[in-house]
Amino acid sequence: MTDPSQPLLSLRGINKSFGPVHVLRDVDLDVRAGRVTALVGDNGAGKSTLIKGVAGIYPFESGQIIYEGKPVSISGPKQANDLGIEVVYQDLALCDNLDVVHNMFLGREIKSGVTLDETSMEKRAAETLAGLSVRTLKSLRQQVSSLSGGQRQTVAIARAVLWNSNLVILDEPTAALGVAQTEQVLNLVRRLADNGLGVVLISHNMNDVQAVADDIACLYLGRMAAQVEKSTVSSQQVVELITTGRSGDIGLQPETAMGGAA
Amino acid sequence: MTAQITDVDVPAAGDTGGLGQAARDYWARVRGGDIGSLPAVLGLIALIVLFGVLEGSTFLSIFNFANLINQSAAIIVLAMGLVFVLLLGEIDLSAGFAAGTCAAVLAVALDSWGLVWPLALVAALLTGAAIGLVIGSLVARLGIPSFVVTLAMFLALQGAMLLIIGEGGTIPIRSEAILVVMNGNMPVMGGWLLAIIVIAGFALSTLASIRRRRTAGLPAEAMSVWGAKVGGLAVLILVATYLLNQERQLPTAKVTIQGVPWVVVVILVLLVGLTFLLQRTAFGRHVYAVGGNREAARRAGINVKRLMITCFVFCSTLAAIAGVLLASRDNSVSPTTGGAQTLLFAVGAAVIGGTSLFGGRGKIRDAVIGGLVIAVIANGLPLITQQSGIQFVVTGLVLLVAASVDAISRRRVASTGR
Repeated sequence: MTDPSQPLLSLRGINKSFGPVHVLRDVDLDVRAGRVTALVGDNGAGKSTLIKGVAGIYPFESGQIIYEGKPVSISGPKQANDLGIEVVYQDLALCDNLDVVHNMFLGREIKSGVTLDETSMEKRAAETLAGLSVRTLKSLRQQVSSLSGGQRQTVAIARAVLWNSNLVILDEPTAALGVAQTEQVLNLVRRLADNGLGVVLISHNMNDVQAVADDIACLYLGRMAAQVEKSTVSSQQVVELITTGRSGDIGLQPETAMGGAA
Repeated sequence: MTAQITDVDVPAAGDTGGLGQAARDYWARVRGGDIGSLPAVLGLIALIVLFGVLEGSTFLSIFNFANLINQSAAIIVLAMGLVFVLLLGEIDLSAGFAAGTCAAVLAVALDSWGLVWPLALVAALLTGAAIGLVIGSLVARLGIPSFVVTLAMFLALQGAMLLIIGEGGTIPIRSEAILVVMNGNMPVMGGWLLAIIVIAGFALSTLASIRRRRTAGLPAEAMSVWGAKVGGLAVLILVATYLLNQERQLPTAKVTIQGVPWVVVVILVLLVGLTFLLQRTAFGRHVYAVGGNREAARRAGINVKRLMITCFVFCSTLAAIAGVLLASRDNSVSPTTGGAQTLLFAVGAAVIGGTSLFGGRGKIRDAVIGGLVIAVIANGLPLITQQSGIQFVVTGLVLLVAASVDAISRRRVASTGR
């Protein structure tokens, strides 16, 4: 893998507009392998726009993407996947009528000749889930429609790591879950980072961020207010960063926050 | 939303339980809404018992059994095609007249152009494929609802068929090769050989799959369950073959009629081939994925539009085969070929067999089981009542019951999908 001192993914000076709306202004972000980076911010702060650009859904207008130490341009979702970047969207994009293995390999099936190689796929799926210490699935051959919300999230995350990816972006993975299931999913997120992957966790939930994050990056009205280690800030300070863009001497300085040149 | 903290850890290795466990698992799936062909099989048995009690001497005669196969063959093949579009959550209302149009092309190619039968057959199949290509492109590329596109094609194809057949009204089919499909029977020994091939093929392919899973260290079906399945299928096939190999002619007649109808071979080949395509290939898997969650399939990199067009091509091409069967059965093609209730019977067959109208759920074998149910009703009712009004009402009600079962089981899936 990459040198741990160097970020896995670095964004520098990212700008993105939708028509007259300037959504992202000179955003910098560093994601390190083996760490969970929480991306927080209020509604409309630009979190989704930022990750969609990294996922290749649309291009940034200006700025640099440095991945594993090399500048890259990401022009489509396929290219992001080829680099080892996987995104788990909030709606999970699972097919209810297919079983766990089929969903994990959907669109990238292992074949032997013209037929599907079901045994190889099931074996690899089982290995991946075992690697993530997932023991909540009774059978890999049960349909996704019979799974709980937490189990579905688990399947979606396992699908993302199946492809030797090294950066996994999770969009609000616990938004629809109960207490016990949130706990399960957060443990899984932690294990992803412990296995050496870079993890970006988009979340609204301060409890989740406190429980699992190593770094916190806070967007405020399209600017990166601050990227700090979690241990250096209190929960109260994070909330201030989200709502006002600054907290004490960290965050955007007043003149910048008012819209001066960055 | 039940919390899943009570989930049990089950080791991945080892076999699933024996017969008792398999029966309990099956029942749990049925209760969860995954009912498959169960209502159709129960309905088929109930109908056969009902007609057998009321009109035993006629309905249960061996002659009528062979007759049933002939009556259901075209509906079964048409329904197999419809399974492809129903799996996507779409519908093809024009399949009946696609069958008729392709039959007309076959008849004209044989009769007017004087082509040999293989070329005429290819012309009919290509016509079907072209119809499917047009429908599929309009649905997938332009985004017109399939209901509207195929309703328009329903009318247009009816007209095209009249134009192809011309003023004469009816074109006779004289090609022996085409006629033998619905009117000829296999030799007695051939029937037994076919039965043995089918049973051995099923037993060996399922056994190979169990062994493969064992070697890979994955949970596999217990041998007792495998034995029960193979045994059940063997009894069913051997009894059917025995019955069809009996003399069906009245004792006074000079000519003998016995043996498995040739059309059974056509249906078996389609059943095995299309089941393989849908269950074992990436294409089939993607069909189910598109029917289950179109957006998820698109994000997984599946070319949804091309896949939809392919499914419509399959549907209309299978309709062409059904058209050939109809032409063979009637010894001719007329403007009513593939018309009347043909399409509704085929949609009914697929749905009764267990294919969902909402997409994502269904199998090719549903078409066979559902087609037999429809044929039993169409065959048995006239023995009980001469009033065609009652026959229509009953058939309509059966279709409604099947659609209700589909809708209810879909709700069950949603409510048990914690």
